[in-house]
Amino acid sequence: MWGRGGERRAPRVASPSAGMGEFKVHRVRFFNYVPSGIRCVAYNNQSNRLAVSRTDGTVEIYNLSANYFQEKFFPGHESRATEALCWANGQRLFSAGLNGEIIEYDLQALNIKYAMDAFGGPIWSMAASPSGSQLLVGCEDGSVKLFQITPDKIQFERNFDRQKSRILSLSWHPAGTHIAAGSIDYISVFDVKSGSAIHKMLVDRQYMGVSKRKCIVWGVAFLSDGTVISADSAGKVQFWDSATGTLVKNHLIADADVQSIAVSDQEDSFVVGTAEGTVFHFQLVSVTSNSSEKQWVRTKPFQHHTHDVRAVAHSPIALISGGTDTHLVIRPLMEKVEVKNYDAALRKITFPHRRLVSCAKKKQLLLFQFAHHLELWRLGSTVATGKNGDTLPLSKNADHLLHLKTKGPENIICSCISPCGSWIAYSTASRFFLYRLNYEHDNINLQRVSKMPAFLRSALQILFSEDSAKLFVASNQGSLHVIRLLEGSFKHLHTFQPQSGTVESMCLLAVSPDGNWLAASGTSAGVHVYNVKQLKLHCTVPAYNFPVTALAIAPNTNNLVIAHSDQQVFEYSIPDKQYTQWSRTIQKQGFHHLWLQRDTPITHISFHPKRPMHILLHDAYMFCIIDKSLPLPNDKTLLYNPLPPTNESDIIRRRTAHAFKISKKYKPLLFMDLLDERTLVAVERPLDDIIAQLPPPIKKKKFGT
Amino acid sequence: MAALEEGFTLTAVPLGSGPDGPLGVEQSDKTDQFLVTDSGRTVILYKVSDQKPLGSWSVKQGQIITCPAVCNFQTGEYIVVHDNKVLRIWNNEDVNLDKVFKATLSAEVYRIHSIQGAEPLVLFKEGAIRGLEALLAEPQQKIETVTSDEEVIKWTKFFMVFRHPVLIFITEKHGNYFAYVQKFNSRILSKYTLLLRQEEKSAAQSFSASVYRKFISLMSLSSDGCVYETLIPIHPSDPEKNQRVVRSLLLKSVVSGSARSGVALTILDQDHVAVLGPPLSASKECLSIWNTKFQTLQASKELPQGTSGQLWYHGENLFMLHGKFLTVIPYKCEVSSLAGALGKLKHSQDPDIHAMTHFVNWETSQGYGLGSQNSEQSKRILRRRKIEASVQPEVPPSTQLLAAVQKDSEKHIEVELRKFLAVKRTPDFHTIIGDVVIGLLGRCKAEPSFYPRNCLMQLIQTRVLSYSLCPGLMEFALEKTDVQILQLCLQQFPDIPESVTCACLKIFLSIGDDSLQETDINMESVSDYTAIIQDGEIEEQTEILQNGFNPEEDNCENCAQELTEKPQAAAEESTSCPVTGKRAALLENATMTLPGIHPPTLNQIMDWICLLLDANFTVVVMLPEAKRLLLSLYKFVKSQISICSELNKIEVSFRELQKLNQEKTNRELYSIEVLELF
Repeated sequence: MWGRGGERRAPRVASPSAGMGEFKVHRVRFFNYVPSGIRCVAYNNQSNRLAVSRTDGTVEIYNLSANYFQEKFFPGHESRATEALCWANGQRLFSAGLNGEIIEYDLQALNIKYAMDAFGGPIWSMAASPSGSQLLVGCEDGSVKLFQITPDKIQFERNFDRQKSRILSLSWHPAGTHIAAGSIDYISVFDVKSGSAIHKMLVDRQYMGVSKRKCIVWGVAFLSDGTVISADSAGKVQFWDSATGTLVKNHLIADADVQSIAVSDQEDSFVVGTAEGTVFHFQLVSVTSNSSEKQWVRTKPFQHHTHDVRAVAHSPIALISGGTDTHLVIRPLMEKVEVKNYDAALRKITFPHRRLVSCAKKKQLLLFQFAHHLELWRLGSTVATGKNGDTLPLSKNADHLLHLKTKGPENIICSCISPCGSWIAYSTASRFFLYRLNYEHDNINLQRVSKMPAFLRSALQILFSEDSAKLFVASNQGSLHVIRLLEGSFKHLHTFQPQSGTVESMCLLAVSPDGNWLAASGTSAGVHVYNVKQLKLHCTVPAYNFPVTALAIAPNTNNLVIAHSDQQVFEYSIPDKQYTQWSRTIQKQGFHHLWLQRDTPITHISFHPKRPMHILLHDAYMFCIIDKSLPLPNDKTLLYNPLPPTNESDIIRRRTAHAFKISKKYKPLLFMDLLDERTLVAVERPLDDIIAQLPPPIKKKKFGT
Repeated sequence: MAALEEGFTLTAVPLGSGPDGPLGVEQSDKTDQFLVTDSGRTVILYKVSDQKPLGSWSVKQGQIITCPAVCNFQTGEYIVVHDNKVLRIWNNEDVNLDKVFKATLSAEVYRIHSIQGAEPLVLFKEGAIRGLEALLAEPQQKIETVTSDEEVIKWTKFFMVFRHPVLIFITEKHGNYFAYVQKFNSRILSKYTLLLRQEEKSAAQSFSASVYRKFISLMSLSSDGCVYETLIPIHPSDPEKNQRVVRSLLLKSVVSGSARSGVALTILDQDHVAVLGPPLSASKECLSIWNTKFQTLQASKELPQGTSGQLWYHGENLFMLHGKFLTVIPYKCEVSSLAGALGKLKHSQDPDIHAMTHFVNWETSQGYGLGSQNSEQSKRILRRRKIEASVQPEVPPSTQLLAAVQKDSEKHIEVELRKFLAVKRTPDFHTIIGDVVIGLLGRCKAEPSFYPRNCLMQLIQTRVLSYSLCPGLMEFALEKTDVQILQLCLQQFPDIPESVTCACLKIFLSIGDDSLQETDINMESVSDYTAIIQDGEIEEQTEILQNGFNPEEDNCENCAQELTEKPQAAAEESTSCPVTGKRAALLENATMTLPGIHPPTLNQIMDWICLLLDANFTVVVMLPEAKRLLLSLYKFVKSQISICSELNKIEVSFRELQKLNQEKTNRELYSIEVLELF
């Protein structure tokens, strides 16, 4: 059988049209990565950005205007479980958690500005005043604390009347005069001026006739007309009149907890999330046609989650939800979307928009990055050959070589293995680690390089040169360090300081295979190209509206290929300091509409060592080889044909059809690279494997009672 | 649901000394004002909402009122009879009954009846009936005897049946009951014997009657405590013959059978009756509202101080003597409405029923119209005379048109019509248009070849016609199967009865496509419809975008085809659709005559029915007519449950299979595969 396949293949390889040819693909599914559950989401209307915190303390910033790209992240910390997240005073981001600290994040330097203890025990809730000048936290000890937001810090102002039990939810009246605080079994309404509780609204513990032990008010929302909406653990969404302290309306919506609530700015719609994974949309609609009398009606249920929906947000055009099942779901409100664009699509974001895998091509090693450890694997091998679609028998299986646990409570920010496989570097928020690996047959000798210089404390991105002789480190102060690696030691060569006036950190690095050029990109400014030999800035690629998602420099030509979050791909010639002809052509003609409609960013770009015309890139759902020598597809041509060709002429026709050769065989795809001319490695992470590691969801019968 | 509201007492002072309570409570010509006649000498006019008397009149000492005072709605005067034969007529300004108009009659009066829109009637004890005017013209006229010896009138009622007054009275003789029905349009008096079944030898104690379709529904509360119903035809097959009617049991034991006195019955509406009396032998007296259809007690109110066994029902108020005081208990029966149940009830003040302006207020339009037209005409005449005295006054186009309708050719009528429509609209425009249509229709019926289609269409499009203004028009168009005219009517008329709409629907559905092809039908409404389809497509299209590269979308080949073929497909749709555009437009018009701006969707109707069933389930369970429906519902739900349980089983099996499958794929954590890119 194998032989026959080989015979059939032989003439085809020889034919000039067999440009792409055949690959052996190492299909890797043992990267046991499980994203952390989503704990909070906070939407910022001003910048159209979404902050998401996860149960491991990670905070991610998504730019909803840039095709929902995850443009920034703050690494998590074992002792920092975020329970609350909010934007205040324009674009300042705060979080608070069970360690009792309020944290402000530096969105430029991508680190924590400061952490301040609120002295009220674990913090369960936080809300910024409508003016943005005050911050309110609800604590375990029943206290509600008011902080003044100063230009560079926050300052404790005073306590409100202490309540009996923990304050789980907080909401300001839009005028800033009153607040509602959800606790256990009751909701308090405070007067902000006096700090005293003016009403205490008791929430019914009864649930379907059965008295539960406690009724936890998971969420409150204060509307301009004085209505307080509460969401509680008995499955109720209730409307209260805050002036009289009375219950106005009750909606029993779930058999389980209603865990989160978010109201639109216009106060004409709100969204709640339940422990059954359902998200309900409520809208204020007219009681009768043409009447001004309106009432809240539960309009749409959405079931995009399998587990608890711990957090919801309401952007002007979409409902955003996240929870234990780790997906961030953005469901557009079709009535608010006017044109068919990115906003009109339902989004489910599961994987980070950055690489967690690096690869030592020569040694066929893969380094997997987890929150608190690294895993090193050696790929297996086979001697067999086969035809398209065959699974080849393994002569050697993949090996788990190393499990490297971090020291300390901080999450790993980034990691990298050198192309030769002899160096591993990783960084947390406060420490940088470099290891030297020695391979002796099947044994690995791991040696930490000690005495790291003081300036190498924290890195946002690490990259080794192709010959593994140099290490490039992007620090969070915007500087780039170049380090020469010697056997067992290192030497600091140079530091490229950030351009004067900018403090933006570089998140992406790329080095040319000849080691002469280094490209670095932040989240918004253009891509800087440095000459490594002369240790100076060579040029800056003009800034583009959308953030860069991946960078790479092609061998020989030194063309820099840049992918942006709006799915545009540019090719920039470093020696010529201008865009290449091919890049201009494709910009003139435009990408295929289906290419532009993809909803995950390209996270990795690489090149074929022998075919300079080929660019290999991938996102989470496809990988593509662009053959620049072939004509570009236009909107009328078929971008991707999933069906295998039926006959020889069909094969020829398809091969020569257009430049984009796409495969969607491997998904979700976390990493893909060329190991050599004929070998690819694809790291997949099937969703089912993630679900299998989550706690079982609340079982719901799909049919009937 | 029917409900009794909190009652109140009307008189601060006890009513006159009469042992049997008041003689009667009658409506006056002003709403909210009632004439209460006590069994002694006094008539009091009450304003109920204020709970205070507006006037009081008494007869002289020694005289006694024998018949309750009524109001003559035509004159606003009050009429009373004292000492059986003496008729008194007075009005609000009169103070002393002794000084008002008096007429002494030759026979004893049983009752005077007066209702809105009819001349008062006088019923004599011997069964003779006279109109008040005729009687007053000759008070001493001879009154014939209708009933036999020893036959006494027990109860009587006067009502309008299809705009004709009908009087019914019940007599009793030796335990047998007879009903007399006098119709005044035909002057026929029919006599019926009320047959009791053998076992039900119980004396009827209280009567009430209402008109139900072609029958007078006579209800009686018998001494056994049950309510019986007798249906008396309004149009008897043989009016001369003494006919027999059978009474049937309607409600069982609504009052205690042993109650000797103080039981009364009155019909409130089609489904509800009020019963006064003790529900159990030992209990106190009660006022109860029963639903006769579902046989349920809707509301009840205890009257511990006892009653006189009399009950009057006027407007929304129930009157009865409670203890020594006249008590008013307001009664409300809200019409159950689906829209109300869903909170979708339109506010009545909503001005969205703009179609209502098509209706003509006849009271004002006619009077004002004629007057003003005359004056305008005369003015016009005057003006003309000033200019050119020799010219004859021009005949108004309306007169010419009406004349043309009767004899001229279609062409000529068209010309006249155009002339008439060109003139500024006069206030009597509505009536003239109505007259023209009726004239045309009359001529159509007389001359089968005459069918002035264009005229009719033009007339309909004047937007002043309604179904009630020219009832024959749509029937005629139905006869001719003229779908175009029917469509116009459906679009323009605000008051088409359901049956006519149904008939239109039938025609629209049954008419052949070829004959539709030839007609000119307004397709505006369907153009919207196609637009909606396109909207839907766009929506679907955006769904595709969900995940630019998700598996469902993998077959891009189809997408591309879809994209290119869309306009073509849309065109195909309109031709391959089983309902052609024209028919769709017609059907749309027919369904649009359903109330509301948008006709309800199937889902909405299902929702309503579910709500209705939920709300009235106990009632439905008891309704004999609903038994079959309930049975089939039960069967349906049962089958649904079994389907659901099977589906659940299948789901679980699938999940197990999926698990097995997963385990298989899970084992392959690592593989080397061959991939060829094309």
